[in-house]
This record gives sequence, structure tokens and C-alpha cells, in this order.
Amino acid sequence: MIMDRFERQVMLPGLGKEGQEKLRKASVLVIGAGGLGCPILLYLAAAGVGRIGVVDGDEVSLSNLNRQVLFGEKDLGKNKAEQAVAFFQHKYSDINWFAFPEFIRVDNASQLLKSYDLIIDGSDNFPTRYLVNDACVLAKKPLIFGAVYQHEGQVSVFNSFRNSCNYRDLYPNMPAATEIPNCAQTGVIGVLPGIIGNLMALEAIKWITGLGKILDNRILFFNSLNSQSYEVEISPQYQSRAQAPQDWEAFQQMNYELACEGIELLDWDEAFQRAGHGTMLVDVRELDEQPPLVCSVLFKAPLSEFEGYFDQLEEAEALFFFCQSGIRSQKAALRLKSEFPDKTIFSIRGGIDALKSSQFRNG
Amino acid sequence: MENQISVKAFGLVAEKIGMNDFQMDNPGNPARFKQQLFERFPELKPLKFTLAINKKLAAEQTEIPQGAEVALLPPFSGG
Repeated sequence: MIMDRFERQVMLPGLGKEGQEKLRKASVLVIGAGGLGCPILLYLAAAGVGRIGVVDGDEVSLSNLNRQVLFGEKDLGKNKAEQAVAFFQHKYSDINWFAFPEFIRVDNASQLLKSYDLIIDGSDNFPTRYLVNDACVLAKKPLIFGAVYQHEGQVSVFNSFRNSCNYRDLYPNMPAATEIPNCAQTGVIGVLPGIIGNLMALEAIKWITGLGKILDNRILFFNSLNSQSYEVEISPQYQSRAQAPQDWEAFQQMNYELACEGIELLDWDEAFQRAGHGTMLVDVRELDEQPPLVCSVLFKAPLSEFEGYFDQLEEAEALFFFCQSGIRSQKAALRLKSEFPDKTIFSIRGGIDALKSSQFRNG
Repeated sequence: MENQISVKAFGLVAEKIGMNDFQMDNPGNPARFKQQLFERFPELKPLKFTLAINKKLAAEQTEIPQGAEVALLPPFSGG
């Protein structure tokens, strides 16, 4: 028998040559080449995943080196995706590597995800986590999820089958980016993302080869201080899923940084249904912007002089903000929310651009 | 008859209350549970976290069974 570099895993019952062939044919996109991404990449490459893409717009800095084990002092200041790929380039001749030295955004997500079978999220902030989740739901791609906080980590596999749960089933309400401190603020021992990243790589290999049972509709918590793990079953939360963009067009109009600040989005239909006594539909566009909206509960508060309207806005119990495409209205909603935290405030998804002409007449 | 539940806290929730687990009287359902939790630990009020009852995601109207284990699961974002 001819030895090859996969001998020790091919001999495993349940993996075999077939499993190895699945790994060779598989393509995996790893988002974030940081504390999680580094161990994920190390083990996916060692296992022989045929094509691996790495997405990261960040540069290596000195404080990364306690956990981002692909990098050393010579990599400081260089792009993480490119340096990660450079690390592997001459290690294994049987893997195709692709570096994307950029952050994943609403305008490049669909393109990045398109040519990969499996997506792994090793990013480090809530806006990106919701963005990647929503993009994977839209693209119908399975997503290996993992994240850490201080001495704890969580791992799950989302969106794997038609009935699989996703991040929004688990966490319907987006936390503000600043609500939960990140590694930079709380610190982390490099081993923890190492463990969680390895669990993620393991789930990826299980998903690809069909070995064992993946964390579908389940989430695993791990605590590195007491070495305990805790598993919870996830079930679909349809109301929460409705908060996610339902198509790529709506996805492109999302601003995940703002959405994570807690401004809820509403469609026009729903806004018109709710409009009535005590509510105010607020146009935050500048006065000369077209087309105008004719509506009985309409109030104009251009963003450029927004603070000047606070007294009048305060009179409404519930406010629905809109602008041309739905971004400025989120900013306006956020500003008012910080001034009047108890008010019911929504931003209308997609703004005037999303208003169909039939609704125009009814409005 | 005594009806106590055990509460397990994770991540930032555990950090804020300074414990990984504690016992309390069964408040009956998640809504009342949260109300009592926030009375005891007002610092949890601004946090977002998910509740699991006996290791299953809990809906607001679910009843908390006798002797249940309720987990407070905040999201993590670090990587």
C-alpha cells in the first residue's frame, strides 16, 4: 500500500477513502483569520480540504500574536488573509488557496460566498456575525459558527439542512456592538480560541465527510476555567427570522452596524397598518428631495437640522422614520432613541425606494 | 412542597452577577422569571441573552417545570 499524507485519517472507520475524496473536493470559506481562523485553517489544510478561501481585511498587530498562531513578528502590519495564505502556500501541494484581503460587507458577501460549499465564521464582532448569518441563509449555505468571550466559547452549525436553525433563532435581538466587550477589552488566553477554532474545524470535517453528528439545531458552550461544556437545543423562531432581510436586495440595504445598535426595521405595509393616533411618520430627507410622500400623519424633520425637531418628535408615542433608501433613517432613529430611550422607534426598511407605486396612492 | 429551580449563567451574565449558578423559587414562566431576575440583578436588564429551560430554547409562554434548570445564554462575538 502506498502511503499518503492522509493515511492516518483514511484508515478511520466512517471516513475512509470516500471521506478523503469528499474533503479533497470540498471548498471552504473562512471569514476572519484571527484567533479562531488560524487554528481552523491549520486543521482544514492538514486534513486536505481541496479549496480554501480566507477573508480578512485586517492587518497583523503585535497584540494578536498570543493567539493568532499563523503569524509572527515578520508579519506585523501585513494583511492577515494574505499572510495566512502565504504561510500555507508551500506546505501542501494539494490545496488551492485564495486570499481575499477585505472585510465581508453587504456589497461583496454574495460574491464571496457563491463559489464555496461551506462557510466558517471566525469574525470578531456582532454586525459581521449577523451579516454572515443572513448572507448564508440567503445563499442557502451551511455555516459553522463559533465565538469566544473571556474564558468561554460557543459553537454551532447553522443552516445545514432545510429545517436547520440559524443565528437569529438563537439571538433574535441584535446586541449593540459595544454591549459585550471584545477580546481587546477583556483579554483572552490564546488556547481558548484555539479550542473553539478546533471544534469549528472538526464540525467542518464532520459536515464534509458525513462523519458523526454535527451541531445542527444545537449550540455547545465551553468554559475553559472549569472545563465544563453545556449543550442547548435550538428551535426555529419565525418572528425573529422575519427581522432578517428576505432577499439580496433587502440585504444590500442593511446597515449591520446601525442595526446592532437596536433600531428595529419595519416594512411600509406594517408601518401603514400601525400608523394612527399617537404615531408619527417622519421623513428625515432634506426638504428638496423627491418624490414627496403624501400622508396624514407625516412629519418632516430633515437630518441636517434634526435636533431642532426633538420637542415635536417627543409628542409621539411611536415613530416611524424613513429616508430615501433606509440608512439615514436608521441614524436618525438611533439619535432619537438615545435621547428618548423609552419611545417605540422604527426605521422603515429600504426607505422611499422600497415604496411601491400602489402603496404611494394608498399612503 | 418546595419548588426550586437551578439557574446557570454564562459569559457576561455570569460575570455581572458574580456566580455561575444559583437556586431560586420557581417563578412559573419565563416572563415572571425575568421579572424576578431583574429585581434581584438590575444590572442584567440592559443585556441581551437567551433563556433555555432544561437545555432547550424557551418561548415566553413555556411553563417552567418543577426542579428545572434554567440557563442564561448571552451571545459571544469574539474571535
